[in-house]
Amino acid sequence: MRHLLTTAGLAREDAIRILDTAAQMAATQERETRKLPTLRGKTVVNLFFEDSTRTRISFEAAAKRLSADVINFSAKGSSVSKGESLKDTALTLQAMGADAVVVRHWASGAAERLATSGWVHGSVLNAGDGTHQHPTQALLDAYTIRKHLVESPDGAGLDGLRVAIVGDVLHSRVAGSNGYLLTTLGAKVSVVAPPTLLPVGITARPELEVFYTLDEALDAHEFDAIMMLRVQRERMTGAAFFPSPEEYTRMYGLDAARMARLPEQAIIMHPGPMNRGLEISAEAADAPNSVIVEQVANGVAVRMAALYLLLAGEEAAE
Amino acid sequence: MSSTAKPVLIENVSLAGQVKTNLLIVDGEIAEAQGSPIDAPADAIRIDATGLIALPGLVDLHTHLREPGREDAETIESGSRSAARGGFTAIHAMANTTPVADSAGVVEQVWSRGREVGLVDVYPVGAVTVGLGGTQLSEMGAMAMSRARVRVFSDDGKCVSDPVIMRRALEYVKTFGGVIAQHSQDPRLTEGAQMHEGIVSAELGLTGWPAVAEESIIARDVLLTEHVGSRLHVCHVSTAGSVDIIRWAKARGINVTAEVMPHHLLLTDESVRGYDARFKVNPPLRTQADVDAVRAGLADGTIDIIATDHAPHPDEDKDCEWGAAAMGMIGLETALGIVQKAMVDTGLMNWSQVALRMSHLPAVIGGVAEAHGLNLDKGEAANITLVDPSAPWLVDPAKTASRSNNSPFGGIELPGRAVTTFLRGTPTYLDERFEGLFA
Repeated sequence: MRHLLTTAGLAREDAIRILDTAAQMAATQERETRKLPTLRGKTVVNLFFEDSTRTRISFEAAAKRLSADVINFSAKGSSVSKGESLKDTALTLQAMGADAVVVRHWASGAAERLATSGWVHGSVLNAGDGTHQHPTQALLDAYTIRKHLVESPDGAGLDGLRVAIVGDVLHSRVAGSNGYLLTTLGAKVSVVAPPTLLPVGITARPELEVFYTLDEALDAHEFDAIMMLRVQRERMTGAAFFPSPEEYTRMYGLDAARMARLPEQAIIMHPGPMNRGLEISAEAADAPNSVIVEQVANGVAVRMAALYLLLAGEEAAE
Repeated sequence: MSSTAKPVLIENVSLAGQVKTNLLIVDGEIAEAQGSPIDAPADAIRIDATGLIALPGLVDLHTHLREPGREDAETIESGSRSAARGGFTAIHAMANTTPVADSAGVVEQVWSRGREVGLVDVYPVGAVTVGLGGTQLSEMGAMAMSRARVRVFSDDGKCVSDPVIMRRALEYVKTFGGVIAQHSQDPRLTEGAQMHEGIVSAELGLTGWPAVAEESIIARDVLLTEHVGSRLHVCHVSTAGSVDIIRWAKARGINVTAEVMPHHLLLTDESVRGYDARFKVNPPLRTQADVDAVRAGLADGTIDIIATDHAPHPDEDKDCEWGAAAMGMIGLETALGIVQKAMVDTGLMNWSQVALRMSHLPAVIGGVAEAHGLNLDKGEAANITLVDPSAPWLVDPAKTASRSNNSPFGGIELPGRAVTTFLRGTPTYLDERFEGLFA
């Protein structure tokens, strides 16, 4: 693996290798000294064109625990401002000698562009591009599901498990990445959203089952995991994706009553940050079977695995 | 380009791909056109055109020249040179310059600069509304009466979306026999749109530009045109549904014409995978079903003409992330080769239909049919394009005469191209094989 840009087309064995490596990484984090010397002398640049403190610190922690040097580069700019072009920033980083660039960008495809343009020679790790993909988020979700629901997780996929992804699928890179990855790993994925928040082309993807209400989905299946997506408040006004937050909560919110309809072993997930009381109630967010906080910890392990496989993987894999 | 006062004899050329003929050009006119040998003056320059096809000089109804305002992307001179290379003798320069061509002053400036350059006839298109703002009609009468004699009005790049403004514009241009060339794009349905809305946009996470945003405006406009008894030209038709609506409107007797771009005859939204911004264009590349439909519409005459939508952009507006990139692609030099590949070599059109749809009808719609798009008959102005239909070439955007190189066709092989262009008897483009003749 040279880059990690998307989960579409990520081979099952590669995905499983990342998850297995993440498990090893997680094990090292139980030790007294958590820092590994693996990436000593390598430089990892966190290139963030969009604010995301959570994702940035997760990558930063992952790189530092592998002893890489970390440079944080925040090049925030609006989508219309041409002040800071991706190309010029990339050329600057190349001149500084980045071994890996972790990029978060408002434009879909920015990570792929960076990887294929020749602007940088290092590995590119997509930390979220527009409304396209966020592969490490999907990998940490898969890791979390596997850890909880697969009896002997090492080397295994998610075969036979059923996962619901609920909410703004149209704008969600998390849903974009999970749709591909979870099905590649053998899970059955149902997406649940108002038709206004589903991409027009989604019906062409036979591997995804679509529900327009959460209640119908809960009636239809015993879900092993339910993933609630964040509702972005700017989607509500003007663009008219749904009439009101109250109506959204009534139809798509995970509350105590709906939680009670889930099977006992089912886990509750959210990529964060949550809007408590909107897409998820406090009872659901803080329930014993909620794994939301654990997702954050698993994120570090998965990102350590991704950096390790990209930067040191060739010696290590064989 | 050297101009010549000498007579030119074009021998053994195939007229629109059919009859073998000889053409003698004297003083900018076709002095003789006949199958039997012509007794040419002794000093005539002879072009052996065996294997070549003669078309009336091509006419583009939709070119962006960027001058005034964005001379870094294209000038009237560089755009004219690119047009001559592509086989064009006349182009219509769209109004979205800086300042906008919404007054007699600006259109006269473009027109006279075009004449100074002298490589093609540059006919300015006037803006429908002041500053392309969509709210106040521009002084279309003044532009029509100016030396530029504007007949085509368009806010291209923006849609005249307000139905009342569109109605008034359609009514008003009847005064001087003008036409409104509409950029059909519902603005609300395409806010933030990046590519065709469909399966590929869903996968790529790019905001969709739904076909209905084009089709709904076309449907509204043909009905408005019928209601007020005016004339409408639909720019860059890109969807199967648009073809159906225009076919219906024509059957109903509505005075509507339509154009299609070469890239919509050849490329689909699948090209967007990889996020290479050279494929970013407005209206966007659609699906294969749409490509098939616009080809069929062009073949049966529902779509009247091919126009280029030549839209130069400097590197920095294309060599960037998709979301930050400008929309548009250059196309003057590749248009003819693409039409041959997509329409002629597939058996959908013959060369006389190419002459009809790339020269005669664009001249008629543009109101310049007294000077362009005429049959290559004795006594007519010698606006002639010689085409070599058996000269496969690889498109190399770096070699264009345009100031910009944002072509999506780099590396694609096209079957043929223009090899010589005459504007009123003067060669405005000669490929290598003929260059020496006029030295």
